Amino acid sequence: MTDKLKIKNKEIAVPGEVLAEGMGYVPSRGIRRADDKLIAEQLGMISIEGKVIKLIPLTGVYIPKVGDKIIAKVIDVLMTGWRLDTRSPYSAVLSMKDATSEFIQRGADLTQYFALGDFVLTKITNVTSQKLVDVSMKGPGLRKLRGGRIVKVNPHKVPRVIGKEGSMVVMLKQATGCNIMVGQNGLIWIDGTPEAEVIAEKAIIKIESEAHLSGLTDRIKAFLEKQGVKVAPEQKKAPVKEIKKKITGGKK
Amino acid sequence: MKRTDGRNPDQMRPIKAEVGVIPNADGSAMFQIGNTIAYAAVYGPREMYPRFMQDPKKGVLRCVYNMMPFSGHGERVRPGGSRRSKEISVVTENALRPVLDLSDYPNSVVDVFIELTQTDAGTRCAGITAAAMALADAGFKMKDLVASMSMGMLSGEIITDVNGTEDCSLGATDVPVALIPCMDKISLLQLDGPISRENLKKLLETGKKKCLEIYKVQQEALKKKYKVD
Repeated sequence: MTDKLKIKNKEIAVPGEVLAEGMGYVPSRGIRRADDKLIAEQLGMISIEGKVIKLIPLTGVYIPKVGDKIIAKVIDVLMTGWRLDTRSPYSAVLSMKDATSEFIQRGADLTQYFALGDFVLTKITNVTSQKLVDVSMKGPGLRKLRGGRIVKVNPHKVPRVIGKEGSMVVMLKQATGCNIMVGQNGLIWIDGTPEAEVIAEKAIIKIESEAHLSGLTDRIKAFLEKQGVKVAPEQKKAPVKEIKKKITGGKK
Repeated sequence: MKRTDGRNPDQMRPIKAEVGVIPNADGSAMFQIGNTIAYAAVYGPREMYPRFMQDPKKGVLRCVYNMMPFSGHGERVRPGGSRRSKEISVVTENALRPVLDLSDYPNSVVDVFIELTQTDAGTRCAGITAAAMALADAGFKMKDLVASMSMGMLSGEIITDVNGTEDCSLGATDVPVALIPCMDKISLLQLDGPISRENLKKLLETGKKKCLEIYKVQQEALKKKYKVD
């Protein structure tokens, strides 16, 4: 049987679309096999790597995953902790034990630690099959977010906001001088001067709307320059060879 | 036979489809066929209330079909739910559920709101077609889209895409059909009026073909949203 590919790399597939025929192709995430056909299960962008066909979803809500760092909002105070809105169908519980290492008196007013409406940067520690979510504040950088503003983007676009090895978010931070935290659930916290915050917010909205197009970094760079902020030339990481050269002075 | 609006028996009215028309929704779509316009908005998955309706095994699909008060032919449609709209909401749910996989979202609900701003027969079909696009736009796992077409019989002849005047004429038979193309299965089939067994079989054959045409329009509309200018 001959294998036949019916779609090109980076094209958009819709649910039910036949992507390839023949047993030579291997389905990956978001794609199922029916007889000898590969069928898309979701709306998304196709990525073909050799014989493996993968579908990258472009839309959808956030589903909590263990290890994700998210920005969550305090929506309720419980007997022994706080309930947080994770911007997904499932809320998370932050227990007193995981919130602080301080001693909290029995019956103390918990809102003095986290009040209703506060935003916190937390890490998901456990998710059950029924999607009961536990989060913790113990870890580097996890804290209550004071001041600044929150921008919402689609959680599937978060990798583009961060960029390769954080390049995009580093560029935004450097250009606007803002402090930026990106949560895996699509909430982004920006803190800086009001003018810089506005520019950063605009840039993030632009990234979200053009996330599926190529050449994104260059377009965002041009956008930032148009807004009147200076973008430092991209700092290329020196390849390992050059670093070695520096250390050894070129001698073997 | 020429029809009241001059179409051939197997000719559909002009079609227009667009995805992402409601920015606030998680997924949305508009589907227009002739003078019938359906908007569908999907919200969710989100926490389900009332809680006793939660399903701990999978998410729940909840559809609401609604005709707007000004949508008819000058006569004001009474706002709010009716027996008819409730029935159509249920058949819409049943038509969409076979393709939708909500097992990843226990205890949650997916709300689909279908609003008709203008009606000229074939509203439940337009609603299902729009809702399928909106669900795909919201990023749900689906086996396939669902395409729907209102078929019928008038004076002994099978007609495609029944319009308002035909629907109201004496002796007309009305058969809405929804198709899941990749499985070649029918997920909605209702019958209002007399029809012989042979004719029904013929009607379904034509109906399936027409649904596939609608299916193409749906696919194009979904892809158009992400097209580079």
